[in-house]
Amino acid sequence: MFKRLADAGAVVALTVDGKPVQARSCDTVAAALLAAGIDRCRTTPVTGAPRLPYCLMGVCFDCLVTIDGVGSRQACLVPVHEGMTVETQQGRREAGR
Amino acid sequence: MNAVDLAPSYDLVVIGGGPAGLAAASLAARAGVTTVLFDENPGVGGQIYRGITSTPVINRSILGEDYWAGEALANEAKASGALIVNGATVWSLDPERIVGVSIAGKARMIEARRVIIATGSQERPFPIPGWTLPGVMTAGAAQTVLKAQGLLPDGRTVMAGTGPLMWLLAAQILRAGGRLEAILDTTPRRNLLRAAPHLPDFMLSPYFAKGLALLREVKAKVPVRRVASVAAAGDGKLSEVVSDRGRMPADLLLLHQGVVPNVNLALAAGATHEWNERQLCFQPVLDQDFSSSVPGIAVAGDGAGIAGGTAAAERGRLAAIAAVRALRPEARLPDPQSVRQRLQREEMGRAFLDWLNRPADSFRQPEGETLVCRCEEVTAAQVRATADMGCEGPNQMKAFLRCGMGPCQGRLCGLTVTELIATQRKSTPAAVGYYRLRPPVKPITLAELASLPISEAERKAVER
Repeated sequence: MFKRLADAGAVVALTVDGKPVQARSCDTVAAALLAAGIDRCRTTPVTGAPRLPYCLMGVCFDCLVTIDGVGSRQACLVPVHEGMTVETQQGRREAGR
Repeated sequence: MNAVDLAPSYDLVVIGGGPAGLAAASLAARAGVTTVLFDENPGVGGQIYRGITSTPVINRSILGEDYWAGEALANEAKASGALIVNGATVWSLDPERIVGVSIAGKARMIEARRVIIATGSQERPFPIPGWTLPGVMTAGAAQTVLKAQGLLPDGRTVMAGTGPLMWLLAAQILRAGGRLEAILDTTPRRNLLRAAPHLPDFMLSPYFAKGLALLREVKAKVPVRRVASVAAAGDGKLSEVVSDRGRMPADLLLLHQGVVPNVNLALAAGATHEWNERQLCFQPVLDQDFSSSVPGIAVAGDGAGIAGGTAAAERGRLAAIAAVRALRPEARLPDPQSVRQRLQREEMGRAFLDWLNRPADSFRQPEGETLVCRCEEVTAAQVRATADMGCEGPNQMKAFLRCGMGPCQGRLCGLTVTELIATQRKSTPAAVGYYRLRPPVKPITLAELASLPISEAERKAVER
């Protein structure tokens, strides 16, 4: 969906759902996920539909992921750091459980 | 910078580090007012100058000179003595000007004698069938990663919509060596009739020559088709863009139909807002110094009504001059009249652009199974049927359908819900109103709340 046009800084190693991903120091988590070509960063709580970032400017909340163990963070606002763990958020909510 | 290093109070708190916020903070700090600027992004610049201090796109011709003009603003702010804090999320502002802010997982409540909200604009919701599919993004999103990370659309890319930003992004993508399969222009032809009376003004504005050059540059390389409908189709991800002019395979669809003020913080602070029929959005009611209905709180930049980045900086300066006057009457200040004149020049021709690029009803008021609320996945048919049943406004609509109650807090459905209710009930958006917004306007964790300092009196109040 996106390719790197320019050198966006030093390589930064992340894991996304346990798999290694190489980001660059200029990346936000959302940019790193898009550059790595992932097909979803979450599935919706209502119907379980896959989502990727939509606005990349902090208003749509479609890029919510778990970062270093904290859930529902806006991936488009968080810069990457070495050793960061990112988990995509999966699954419908189970109301009443 | 960490939240614990913040002072308990500042003379001026500026929220947002785009052109309005940077210009306001610079002017105030230079006039000797203790100023802090909070911005939630990793670097200053806002959306228009995003990544201005760090962009890897060093070939200046790609993003263009209008982008690089932001460098001076950022440098000026840095040298001004204002404390600039990035990665700072303001989640609360009350009428007593207590600012709730989180930095790196720690929260603080900061007192401000004056506040300038400079949270700018966001892209107008573009609710078409399939707009939630992976592979569908806003044009602004693609521009954001181009500026800040040097990411260029790859694969079959289609743009759809209306407005200057769409053409600017198309030109930037082409200059960077990217490719666009097509631009689906959703501008209704009849818009020209309402725009025409404002053409003389527009011809005098700097945007006239720039706009024509941009259109020529893009149309020489990309097929442009006028369309009356757009839909994204695919199973789990975008595979096709469907319009009334046919279907085309696509990997990325970039949508844009203008920008609207980011109203969440100003509304939560209690500022009175009004409906702008030309720009089809709510905006705060402001005086000539951009002061809102809440004493001590001003709204500058595009959050005050859409006028563009260079106008935003002048508005920021005017708001800052008023703030400094109140805080430090002896301070030496630039002449507000000359700032006002510059602002007037920047705003010239805006009426033409607004009327020309006014999105068609069908692209703002969807039908059937098209999602209105992306978070809670509420359809247009549900909203329309609930309005028909007697639901009178967006706040009641929340109780029926949960629309506007997801994490985006109505940012991507608010205008659509208001307009749909107005249409169904043969009312007006002004009469229907908007969601009632309350802090926190951004989600925060319990740990962040728990990190707030507790006074002895507060501790005693809950101890038995």
